[in-house]
Amino acid sequence: MIDQKHYNFAFLDENSKREIRRSLLKAVAIPGYQVPFGSRELPIGRGWGTGGIQITLSVIGKEDVLKVIDQGSDDSVNAVNIKKFVSACTGVEITTDSEAASIIQTRHRIPEIPLKKEQILVLQVPTPEPLRIVEPREAVTKKMHAEGEYSPMWLTLYEDLLRCGKIGISAEYPVLVENRYIMNPSPIPRYDTPKLNDSDCLYLFGAGREKKIYAIPPHTRVMPLEFDDIPFETENFTGKRCHLCGAEGVYLDELTDEETGAKYYECSDTGYCAKRREQGCRP
Amino acid sequence: MQTVKNNKKEKPILEVRGLTVRYGQGCDYCLNGQPLLKNSCPHCKTVWACNDVNLELYPGEILGVVGESGSGKSTMMKSIYFDFPVTEGSAYLQAYGAGKANMFAATAQQKKYIRNHMMGMVYQNPVLGLRMDYSAAGNIAEKLIAAGGRNFGSMTARASQLLEAVEILPGRMKEPPKNFSGGMQQRVQISKALANNPQVLLLDEVTTGLDLSVQAKVLDLIRRIRQEFGVSILLVSHDLAVIRMLADRTVVMLEGKIIERGLTDQILDDPQHPYTQQLVHSLL
Ligand SMILES: Nc1ncnc2c1ncn2[C@@H]1O[C@H](COP(=O)(O)OP(=O)(O)O)[C@@H](O)[C@H]1O
Ligand SMILES: [Mg+2]
Ligand SMILES: [Zn+2]
Repeated sequence: MIDQKHYNFAFLDENSKREIRRSLLKAVAIPGYQVPFGSRELPIGRGWGTGGIQITLSVIGKEDVLKVIDQGSDDSVNAVNIKKFVSACTGVEITTDSEAASIIQTRHRIPEIPLKKEQILVLQVPTPEPLRIVEPREAVTKKMHAEGEYSPMWLTLYEDLLRCGKIGISAEYPVLVENRYIMNPSPIPRYDTPKLNDSDCLYLFGAGREKKIYAIPPHTRVMPLEFDDIPFETENFTGKRCHLCGAEGVYLDELTDEETGAKYYECSDTGYCAKRREQGCRP
Repeated sequence: MQTVKNNKKEKPILEVRGLTVRYGQGCDYCLNGQPLLKNSCPHCKTVWACNDVNLELYPGEILGVVGESGSGKSTMMKSIYFDFPVTEGSAYLQAYGAGKANMFAATAQQKKYIRNHMMGMVYQNPVLGLRMDYSAAGNIAEKLIAAGGRNFGSMTARASQLLEAVEILPGRMKEPPKNFSGGMQQRVQISKALANNPQVLLLDEVTTGLDLSVQAKVLDLIRRIRQEFGVSILLVSHDLAVIRMLADRTVVMLEGKIIERGLTDQILDDPQHPYTQQLVHSLL
């Protein structure tokens, strides 16, 4: 196992961290713009959140408190591995409480409780390029971003609406940042998309395999692509509640009782659910 | 049939000056204007596809462009539509900078604006002008979106109206053009080109390759569209019958140059240039 005595604080050498921080600063300065960075090798396989981990390692300090979630859960294999690794090479305190964390690294979800201005949310991104679904060539998507030529993206949304009556994209719904760049918010559900707009916290996005970093600084305008007459819709959980804590109006995972075949629901944000139960909330 | 469009007091809606498009670098020989072998340089093989082309298109007119295959007609049309950069020359649209600014020198953003708002193009090959797998309505919406359209309902209504104008039933607007016949594909291209009420419509061999009966329908359509949309049309064809039916005035292209110009009847009934005479007589 990695031991702090044998490695630099936060595993990466200081030069690497500085370089990643420079990319982060550039990303913050140009919200939604994908900044290339020299993705480092880590003792974790690419595709397991190495982009996010590198960001976390570059910004973390001894006083930080870290939370790591995967699909909303603090206990999934991926989240646990990342926590073990970062904790081993930094010694920082680990928490499951979104409000207590100064850095939250996540995949597929944004916590239920609105994040505050001192907090940083680090999102792991598999495919940073939002235009990939309409254009396979990197050189062309770069040019499209440079020129703000987003018609093909709008056209696919149009085709979806015309042919299917609705837009088929569920997670990873493309957003327009500060009226300039179309950005992939990473595979968060639609339910989380509005949280990106005008938030108090800082969002950092890292794609290790594709070597890209981007950011949404606090109070940035982030809007899902929507037609004037067809409002963006999020997942709707009306009439459903968590079978553990009774929460309503939150993002719920659907589960099936193996014996009865009945469907029941559970908070996707396990930290949120646990805290509610500690406070005595019941179904 | 002919409205008088050579009234020189009227300002042209589109003016092209000294348009030259070279495929190749050129060499000391051809760059100094020495004689070419047809349209290419005998030394460096550079193709001078358009060579100092000048023309003007007047409001509401149909200007025919005739010439054999390889004479530079498509190259000229694609250059005007900014499909590729010109080697030399300038062009002026009445709607852009009051007809005083060279549109070839416009910025990429301005060109996009001109292309999406002021011009419409129908390519000889529908594959160049349409997304064959997208719906017919989506193809029209593409042009509306490019011009800033963001209202799904109004864009769909507009697509339906435009398809109806080219006699494609609204019931087929969700179908992709790949399911359509050649004549229908050209009609989808025409409706797409008209989507943003352009001042200028560029039609490159719209009827080539279509059955005669279908051809006649498309020709009627073009005539009707000129009236309904008040658009000026640059009509490229190697087919003199098409030119005679539709064009008010005509220019004749040969090896990248315009060698004769005038009223269509004049050109076809009393050609002056030996090449035009040969062209006209071979048809008789
Ligand atoms: N991409 C290209 N590269 C080199 N030569 C070309 C290219 N496109 C067209 N040409 C040449 O330019 C000339 C004009 O072609 P084109 O404009 O297609 O003529 P038309 O439409 O009148 O048949 C022809 O000699 C053709 O071979
Ligand atoms: Mg041609
Ligand atoms: Zn030469």
